[in-house]
Amino acid sequence: MTDTAVRSGSAEKAAGNPRTGLQPLTFAKALNTALADAMEADPSVIIFGEDVGPLGGVFRITDGLTARFGEERCFDTPLAEAGIMGMAVGMAMNGMRPVVEMQFDAFAYPAFEQVVSHVAKMPNRTKGKVKLPLVMRIPYAGGIGGVEHHCDSSESYYAHTPGLTVLAPATVRDAYLMLRDAIRFPDPVVFLEPKKLYWTKETLDLDELRKEADDAATAGSTVGRAVVARSGTDATLIAYGPSVPTALAAAEAAASEGRSLEVIDVRSLVPFDDETVTASVRKTGRAVVIAEAPGFASVAAEIVARVQERCFNSLAAPVRRVTGFDIPYPAPKLEHFFLPSVDRILDTVDELQWEDA
Amino acid sequence: MTISTGNSANNQYGESMKPTGRSSDQGPTAEEYMLPSAQPVQLVDPSGEHIHNDRYPLPDGEALLSAYEKLVVGRRINDQANALVRQGRMAVYPSSHGQEACQVAAAVVLEKDDWLFPTYRDTVAVITRGVDPLGVLTLLRGDWHSGYDPYEYKTATQATPLATQLLHAVGVAHAAKLRGENTVVLALCGDGATSEGDFHEALNFAAVFHVPVVFLVQNNEYAISVPLKHQTVAPSLAHKAIGYGMPGERVDGNDLAAMLSVLGKAVDRARDGGGPALVEAHTYRMQAHTNADDPSRYRPQSDVDEWVPKDPITRMRTYLGNLNLLTAEEEQRIAGAAEETASTLRDGLNSEPEINPADLFEYVYTEKTSQLREQAALLADELSREGA
Repeated sequence: MTDTAVRSGSAEKAAGNPRTGLQPLTFAKALNTALADAMEADPSVIIFGEDVGPLGGVFRITDGLTARFGEERCFDTPLAEAGIMGMAVGMAMNGMRPVVEMQFDAFAYPAFEQVVSHVAKMPNRTKGKVKLPLVMRIPYAGGIGGVEHHCDSSESYYAHTPGLTVLAPATVRDAYLMLRDAIRFPDPVVFLEPKKLYWTKETLDLDELRKEADDAATAGSTVGRAVVARSGTDATLIAYGPSVPTALAAAEAAASEGRSLEVIDVRSLVPFDDETVTASVRKTGRAVVIAEAPGFASVAAEIVARVQERCFNSLAAPVRRVTGFDIPYPAPKLEHFFLPSVDRILDTVDELQWEDA
Repeated sequence: MTISTGNSANNQYGESMKPTGRSSDQGPTAEEYMLPSAQPVQLVDPSGEHIHNDRYPLPDGEALLSAYEKLVVGRRINDQANALVRQGRMAVYPSSHGQEACQVAAAVVLEKDDWLFPTYRDTVAVITRGVDPLGVLTLLRGDWHSGYDPYEYKTATQATPLATQLLHAVGVAHAAKLRGENTVVLALCGDGATSEGDFHEALNFAAVFHVPVVFLVQNNEYAISVPLKHQTVAPSLAHKAIGYGMPGERVDGNDLAAMLSVLGKAVDRARDGGGPALVEAHTYRMQAHTNADDPSRYRPQSDVDEWVPKDPITRMRTYLGNLNLLTAEEEQRIAGAAEETASTLRDGLNSEPEINPADLFEYVYTEKTSQLREQAALLADELSREGA
């Protein structure tokens, strides 16, 4: 489904020259195209953050948007994350649809008070009178050899906060569709972009993708909907964001050993699609949850609990987790010890009380 | 540089504010304009005498009389709300007794379509803005976090975290500017809030994006128990404006006339495209932070007593009385209006609020998640079994 990560060169050009038809598309370019298409479709969509203007963002996700839509609609702010988030609240209150970029996961923490105290609560405090249709984009998680404070998996902080919708795409196709959905969503969305997937490629028909995103019947359909990324019968691997390709690779390796693993791509951490996940686990009777974040008190822990509560009678083995260790994100030369690997997933699958073991 | 730069409304960043390369023959320099006055601006002193000020004209008698009425009503609201807390009708009330001139002026200087961003202590400002008093006190009674529609009166919900709402004010102003609307936003905070990071970020963003926001700091000397000298060693809070590239001004916060004139000028300037400004109102919190507070632990009564003669109501009453604008008959009518507001508050708060447990799940997301639907059903089931 996805090619190996290849860093794209200068061929990726500005969003000012939108492409059409069947073509190889990177995850990053899919996001860039989604932003451009959303801005084209709705003049109230406005983008700001650090270095998102002429530079196009440190990952080039906003490449070409200032040139195409003007500096009033895509602009740089002073270096202040609470300021970015707080201003987005006010702009959303006053008729705009802000899509802000928090350059790196761990740099979003200064904005945390705004996110928790206002972004998540404002519609509730005002009994729904004030809606906050805004998107907080966070390039997140590790696997890119980044130095400290550039690789945190911060999803549990957001998922634990009622009022926030938390999305994490894992494929190029979802990168486009889910960002379009997030921008049209009536409530605030935390949109987690796995950095290590930015350079993965899929060949997609952009016209078809746009049609799907614009179709009223499918608009919003990625929010709260998990998908079966690979069908299988023996056990279910439940993953999201950066862990999905790892889970798929593990399923591929298991197949060669004669074990059929189903892979669920959760996509939407909040709301969580209990239905798709439990249907799969009831079918296979075994489950492993895979996530990069430290496992203690995490989204992975929550998924394990939910599956256990709902599928207990179908389970042949305890639901297990393969997560990052409960340590601060390690230095680049050590991160491969930390990240859930294919081997660690397969070892865990082997421990699921198989009759032939 | 000129004070009003009407043509700067389209500038994304605040280029027109940059003093670099300007010479004095183009008007006052940025430094001259931005520096707050040496003493807080005062137009009517505590004895009720007018003090002339070249830059700030005295509002006319009619405007002062109208605002004076709101001052008296505001005092009555504070007293009534305190009484209702003692009677157990409200969870808490942070009184603005003594600060009513700041509150009234903040509401009065705005047009209908302007926005007000109040804090938890700004109940009187919100009521003066026209919001139903019972809706305002919903927060403090404890039946919901906010009891009014912010869009109906262009008045944000009262903020409890300090300084966070100042950034929302900048966002509302920025959106208004991008859409070419002639809206000014007035954002309130206290002296303690000026120590918060969001205060810094809000002023910086407002200046960089050159948006029409007036920041009003009500310096009432204490952040709960911590005196101003432990918040800052700056010459004044208004001086902080210089560092962001916007004008700052100090005003006697117990002088209704000065508050109206200084705030009015800052609002006019913002509306004309002049950008943001910071106004520091010097006032005093005559009562406790809230009913949970014991001010005798951190300030002597003699300090409080020193502020009694500076009261905003008595000085304006003397001034208007001296001009024969405030007759005994008029004073009686105003007292009646204040009593009517107090009566509305009592009636509203003495009746039990309607509580609907299903509301718990209604306003978290536009559409309830399956998880919330399950939890709502659980609670409904529990309640039906209790009823049975």
